[in-house]
Amino acid sequence: MRQLFRNTSGGRINRERPLTFSFNGRTLQGFDGDTLASALLANGVRTVNRSFKYHRPRGILAAGVEECNALLTVDSGNGRVPLVRATMIRLCEGLSAASPSGFPHVRFDCGRVFDATRRLWPAGFYNKMFKWPNWHVFEGAVRRMAGLGRVPEGQDAMRYRHMNAHCDVLVVGAGYSGLKRALEEARSGQDVIVAEQDFEPGGSLLLEKQDSGKAAADGWLHAVLDELRTYPNVRLLLEATVSGYYDHNVLTVHDRSAMSNGIETFCKIRAGRVVLATGAIEQPLLFGNNDLPGVMLAGAMRHYAVRFGVRCADNTVGVVNNDLAWGSLLDLHDSGVDVVAIVDSRGEISNRQAAAADQRGIPVHTGSVAVRARGSGAVTGLEILDSRGKRFGIQCRSVAMSGGMNPTVHLYSQAGGKLRYDEALACFVPAHCTQAVEVIGAAAGAFAAPDDYRIAPRTSAPFRSNTQWVDFLHDVLVSDIELAVRENYVSVEHMKRYTTAGMAVDQGKTSNLNALSVLARLTGQDPGNVGTTTFRPNFMPVTMGAIAGNRQGGFYRPTRHLPAHQWHVSQGAAFDSFGLWKRPAYYGVDMQQSIRAEVTAVRHKAGLFDGSPLGKIEVSGPDAAEFLSRVYVNTVATLKPGKVRYGLMLNENGAIIDDGVFVRLADDHFLLNTTSASAERIAAWLEQWHQCEWPELELIMTPVAEQWAVATIAGPKARDVLSTLAGVGDLGTDILPHMSFRQGRLASGLPFRLQRVSFTGELSYELSIPAGQAASCFAQLLAEGKHWGLQPFGIEALDVLRTEKGFLHVGGDTDGTTNPYDVGFGRIVDNKQGDFIGLRSLLRENHQKASRRQLVGIETLDPEAPLEQGAHVICGTNGQRRSEGFVTSACYSPTVERHIGMALIENGFARQGEEVRIYNMGHIVRARIKPPCVYDPKGEKMHA
Amino acid sequence: MLRITCPYCGIRDEDEFRFGGEVREPRPGLEVGDTAWADYLFNRNNIKGLQRERWCHADGCGQWFELNRNTLTHEFDPVHSNGIPRPEFKG
Amino acid sequence: MNGYSFPNLVRHALSGHRNWPVAWRSPELKKSYDVVIIGAGGHGLATAYYLARDFGIRNVAVIDKGWLGGGNTGRNTQATRSNYFWPQSSAFFDRSLQLYEGLGRELDFNIMFSPRGVLTLAHSHHELAGIRRWANAIQINGVDSEILSREQVQDLVPLLNLDCHYPVVGGFIQHRGGISRHDAVAWGYARAASTLGVDIIQQCEVTGFEIADGKVTGVSTSRGRISAGKVSIAVAGHTSVLAENAGFRVPVSSVALQAMVSEPIKPCLGCLVLSPAIHVYVSQSDRGELVIGGAADGYTSYAQRGGIPALEENLAALVELFPVFSRLKLMRQWAGIVDITPDTTPIMGLTPVKNLYLTGGWGTGGYKAIPAGGETMAYTVANDRPHPLIGDFSLERFTSGALIDEGAASGVAH
Repeated sequence: MRQLFRNTSGGRINRERPLTFSFNGRTLQGFDGDTLASALLANGVRTVNRSFKYHRPRGILAAGVEECNALLTVDSGNGRVPLVRATMIRLCEGLSAASPSGFPHVRFDCGRVFDATRRLWPAGFYNKMFKWPNWHVFEGAVRRMAGLGRVPEGQDAMRYRHMNAHCDVLVVGAGYSGLKRALEEARSGQDVIVAEQDFEPGGSLLLEKQDSGKAAADGWLHAVLDELRTYPNVRLLLEATVSGYYDHNVLTVHDRSAMSNGIETFCKIRAGRVVLATGAIEQPLLFGNNDLPGVMLAGAMRHYAVRFGVRCADNTVGVVNNDLAWGSLLDLHDSGVDVVAIVDSRGEISNRQAAAADQRGIPVHTGSVAVRARGSGAVTGLEILDSRGKRFGIQCRSVAMSGGMNPTVHLYSQAGGKLRYDEALACFVPAHCTQAVEVIGAAAGAFAAPDDYRIAPRTSAPFRSNTQWVDFLHDVLVSDIELAVRENYVSVEHMKRYTTAGMAVDQGKTSNLNALSVLARLTGQDPGNVGTTTFRPNFMPVTMGAIAGNRQGGFYRPTRHLPAHQWHVSQGAAFDSFGLWKRPAYYGVDMQQSIRAEVTAVRHKAGLFDGSPLGKIEVSGPDAAEFLSRVYVNTVATLKPGKVRYGLMLNENGAIIDDGVFVRLADDHFLLNTTSASAERIAAWLEQWHQCEWPELELIMTPVAEQWAVATIAGPKARDVLSTLAGVGDLGTDILPHMSFRQGRLASGLPFRLQRVSFTGELSYELSIPAGQAASCFAQLLAEGKHWGLQPFGIEALDVLRTEKGFLHVGGDTDGTTNPYDVGFGRIVDNKQGDFIGLRSLLRENHQKASRRQLVGIETLDPEAPLEQGAHVICGTNGQRRSEGFVTSACYSPTVERHIGMALIENGFARQGEEVRIYNMGHIVRARIKPPCVYDPKGEKMHA
Repeated sequence: MLRITCPYCGIRDEDEFRFGGEVREPRPGLEVGDTAWADYLFNRNNIKGLQRERWCHADGCGQWFELNRNTLTHEFDPVHSNGIPRPEFKG
Repeated sequence: MNGYSFPNLVRHALSGHRNWPVAWRSPELKKSYDVVIIGAGGHGLATAYYLARDFGIRNVAVIDKGWLGGGNTGRNTQATRSNYFWPQSSAFFDRSLQLYEGLGRELDFNIMFSPRGVLTLAHSHHELAGIRRWANAIQINGVDSEILSREQVQDLVPLLNLDCHYPVVGGFIQHRGGISRHDAVAWGYARAASTLGVDIIQQCEVTGFEIADGKVTGVSTSRGRISAGKVSIAVAGHTSVLAENAGFRVPVSSVALQAMVSEPIKPCLGCLVLSPAIHVYVSQSDRGELVIGGAADGYTSYAQRGGIPALEENLAALVELFPVFSRLKLMRQWAGIVDITPDTTPIMGLTPVKNLYLTGGWGTGGYKAIPAGGETMAYTVANDRPHPLIGDFSLERFTSGALIDEGAASGVAH
């Protein structure tokens, strides 16, 4: 339980609050204020993971977002989550962490055999083998070796929510630059959001060591934070990573601050301006075995020492190529990590640096580079090549390396910003961007005062290139890039994809720059000419549940209930989904029995159907008739007020998109019915035609579908049933014949609309009443109608009834290719005066062909043999089969006591009576082409 | 995410809008030949660059309007109009 | 020694892999070619390969304004299937699938073709009927497809939540469908074509066409003019731009199609799962990443980046189908520009300009068509008449109205 590598004092941890956690089954202790990574290091944990390809041991490399080794499976109380960055998660009591790799154990992995034979597995090896007999044979084994964790088990205890925000300025990063800017903006009255991914604001200010520097930094930090808190126009988000930068200055933020309460938030921020103060990421150096546990970024080692009071090792050798790293090394030394030597590849160092090293008794080797780290499981020494060409070794327990800084420009690049290579800084810096974004501080390349940052060119050690790691996670070596270049994968994208450098989960935060520097050297170009690959969202991976938000389960899509839903429930309705609607499919328990009973009731007595989702659009104005004439295939002008007509709508390509009746309420006032499924779509479509194509037509459209509930009463007794409603008026067929309309008020004062139309083939009325009164109206109708044998019927029975009549179901009997000729409406098209939507397309050769599929009735020769919707009519024999069409509707008809259906069949109209074969999933039945209508073909019933 | 300025309601997120495609030539009459009809019905300029296009504030006022957008950068040209002047609201 | 095989890999390992030859040459641009192919994506490279292999036409240049395989070939979700409703599409895409099945050996380059099955879900009985109509059509077209019950779907995909908001009632699977490695397809064709003498010219942008008497004679490029006997356009999302340069318009709209991947995890998803109703599809790559795609963005665009609404929509759909994926993290999101035709069927064949050929309008389905697309376009270019498999995919169909509307028929576009 002792934290052997924890200093006795110092750091921003709360030593009063020790926390117990476990790692790979071992119980360990850390402090409040630790990250998981700092707590592991405090306990001397070195190997935390295995590499992807060669299964090499890997220790913690970094202290921030760039960490690519310590990707652990962590349970902080809300279930196991794979691939958690140990450097980014705050330690909490009871946390349990495990290495995702290593068989049998992360410290001893049999997969190391791939390391021993790694010459056989260079970049792209899989492209060169596994072709015989085929890749699929090998794939399973390869797949099982990949992956960095398992899919979580059990129900996700997290709750995910979305937050939307607007601000004048979004400052990304609460380090010195970000906070300073936030304060300035706040003082000038701007609405400011500051997003910081750490759980503590301050950035590098948190890394000032225990002396006057810390006091000054803390003082400034507290003062700024205190002042920011006084502004109501400032919001500071912590543990909130800006993950994506999209068009028009909309940014996404993954806010993990409430994770301990089981909540993750995905914020979408619309910012007037964006200020990126995202800092910079220290880069590794390329030398032999630079992937060994114990080789760490110098800045990260300082981070652990100063912020957490953790020594990453007892001693270290600093290997650097720039000035900034010196600060890290000196701080490290002063924090109790014995820096046994500093190796600087630059020929000269400043007097100040020389004096500082001298004062601390640290030997300095200038003009020298690291050749390779020694050790097998962890660092035991470092081999150095000095300026005179002498090679020598130093014993050490760790290596603190620094290859200089690289600005964190990911978000800038996502915003569409272009980068430019800065020779002096040896990295890419922001150049220009069309969005309102500004980059400040280290993210803009201002790592230090201009004279205080000198860096030697990026290079690799004069040592075997197949021992120098460029990408630690994907095991990409310098030799892999050499191979890529040799094989002509020389564009940066090819190199990246061929070697997979930078394609791991860290997306190259510590590997991209080195990789393209090596590529530039090998191809004899400037890094600026090689260019860099484009950064994509997310900057840091974001929990998928958080992006989905609460749109899950019942909230995935809204459910629409009928106005009389509860009444249907009380009638024992079995509901089915139709788009967003839940509608009664049938009433009762046994589906087939119910359908049969409902169909029989409608045919012999009366049935009650809820047609409320039917689309209803009122069109009024002097040009309403002209507009509808352009929209419907059918003639509109001749329709008299109070009369109803059936209409088909086409798209401009001549395909049927909707049908339904329309009513002329008055000369300049129409009511349109559309199919339930297309109610919104057709309303929007009509608006588009009016607003965009024919704005000169004077009319207004009002969708009224939600205002009116519709009760359909159908059957020979329908008139008797409906007559029980006082005030509905005389229903005599001479007063209110088929296809006519009436509106008024019932005796109860309730307004109503009544249209006598039929989709069942029976005498039928569609009664519209205000949606709020639907339930009581249905109840009343049923109570009164019981006497006449009235019973409710659902969609399934309706489908049987209309199929018996051969009535068209748009979307079922038609698809996006069916035109009015195909369904027997050719005469109506030919008789129509003037243009309408889709007419010109119908005049094309292809729409007039006799070989088109036409809608006909069909019945199996054996009345017992069922037809399946979706079965095909075929010709030809095995091997040479061809589809001539397909069954679009099929059901058992209780009325004619056999299976019936409709089908779209090539040249079907001319093939009446022909025998055809029907194919369904390998089975073939014989059937005959018939007229679609098998019940009351003369329509006497519905005119009764 | 696009932030679109509806001439009636102001600036809103793209998911409130429906895209109506590029603004096309007027709809021809029935007399045009098959080739001209196909050209109108199917062919598009599909400009890479500044395009005049239609949008509908579907989950808002329901009005269609036209604007100019760069299809490469998604920047809107601030000058847009559908022939209807922006209504003035008096406080 | 230069062939790709395990023994050669071992041999080269002994010399530290220092002696591998280039995968493709970087030749000097010549002044004149028999055929110039614009676009070094999968389709362009495959066309060049089959021109050289099948017709002996080797004086061919494939030119690209960027790097080979850098457009949609390198951005798609790698799915391959041939379960198409219309016989023309079915025949064409099944030819492509057959070629994919042997492509690794044909090109001597492992393209990692993995026939793990493509499962299409039905979320209602109405959809199941639609799927039955589709699956029957496929069987009649001679392509494998099998309707699965709800229980069979669950057995195949144990992590799938059948009782999601739109409960899964069944599905159908094409066992031969699957995924492969997109970069490898481009590189394999490039290497094979280059070996046969085809010049692949990268970083060379076509700026115009030289047309005399209605006949193309060459192209002007950022690196000077090239005279060409024939020119073929294979530029995915940029078809309209090139066509305009050549003086004609095409029925194409360019939109951004997003794809995204999660962090890599151990294998948990065997086949590719596709839900037409809620617009999402997902597979797991060999590296372990979940590869997720969905509906395209709702407006035309040439910016190769996606927006937030499609991202949220895709992930909400994914998590609805697979609640256990909610804790996984989304690593990367990107987009390609796809050119969509009114009937979602590609445009292949001759153009109004003589000796100028076009393959485009691939929408969301170009990747799976690469081998057959290349093979049939090579035939078309060599013979100046459409290959029988693509006769119905011509520009003509928009005038006659003989559209091949896969989206309308099966509910799933290409």
